[in-house]
Amino acid sequence: MNLHSALIVAVVALVTIALRFLPFVIFSGNKTTPPFVAYLGRVLPYAIMGMLVVYCLRNIQLFSAPHGAPEFIACAAVVLLHLWKRNTLISIVGGTACYMLLVQLVF
Amino acid sequence: MQKSLKQTLREAFVATTPVLAGYIVLGMGFGILLSARGYGPGWALAMSGLIYAGSMQYLAIDLLTGGASLITAALTTLMVNARHLFYGISMIDAYKGMGKKKPYAIFALTDETYSLVCQDDQHLDRDARHRYAFWVSLLDQCYWVAGSMIGSLLGQIIPFSVEGVDFALTALFVTVFVEQWLSTKDHASALIGVIASVICLVIFGADSFLIPSMAAILIALSILRAVRKETA
Repeated sequence: MNLHSALIVAVVALVTIALRFLPFVIFSGNKTTPPFVAYLGRVLPYAIMGMLVVYCLRNIQLFSAPHGAPEFIACAAVVLLHLWKRNTLISIVGGTACYMLLVQLVF
Repeated sequence: MQKSLKQTLREAFVATTPVLAGYIVLGMGFGILLSARGYGPGWALAMSGLIYAGSMQYLAIDLLTGGASLITAALTTLMVNARHLFYGISMIDAYKGMGKKKPYAIFALTDETYSLVCQDDQHLDRDARHRYAFWVSLLDQCYWVAGSMIGSLLGQIIPFSVEGVDFALTALFVTVFVEQWLSTKDHASALIGVIASVICLVIFGADSFLIPSMAAILIALSILRAVRKETA
């Protein structure tokens, strides 16, 4: 069981490393980066962050109680906190505390 | 003028303070969950040192305890971390000519480190920017390892329920999304990311929508570029 666990850690590490190095390996020969790749480099982070938010909320059951209420309320808290203070620490800690209270005491 | 190591370190530390906070919280959450499932500090150290990918490490806890096959582990990692391809793509130019520091900077290119090093400071020379990027990367991983070790050690004695602490990850991404939204007037890409992902989630389901979402995002961004006739 411990060997299998170690192998899982190794596989996850190796695949992650491969993904991080791949773009640099592919484009290492080129003096200038292709324009389309440069365009992607500029606009992708915005789209990917939107995708990651959806990814984090993927397991919400909209059609059964509590209809994702803790997640949506806590996300709203994060957005409001960030618009108000614009401080990453306050937004993350506040939102997480809000969520923990909601799932442990309310829902 | 050549900046001293001390100056570069100080600048990197100031820039990484939000990540320090986030990684200690997220790292602790990871360490706590991991030790609650019977995997102690040694495992936390190995995973935060070698994998160093927040959301994937949270998911890896399920892979470990669920007894997943190595193929499942590889495919899950591929799907969850494929976004790192995109971060690499946008740092190809910035990390050119970085020398010995480059392999580590690539290894340590997490979402949060990326968000700091992609803001390229044009009035610094290339070498100074590379040293700055290296120290930001190294400091960030130190925070992550420290957080997960603290969580792993405290997790065994913590007196209250930690249910929901993993929401810190969602909170982090929502925070970065809001920050990016405020930093630009062009919201097309952000909206494409959200809408394409929601549509793919409805069609493909929670377990397999990430790769279709990435494909849909690439296609939508290509169409957007063609329509707007952008050159770079």
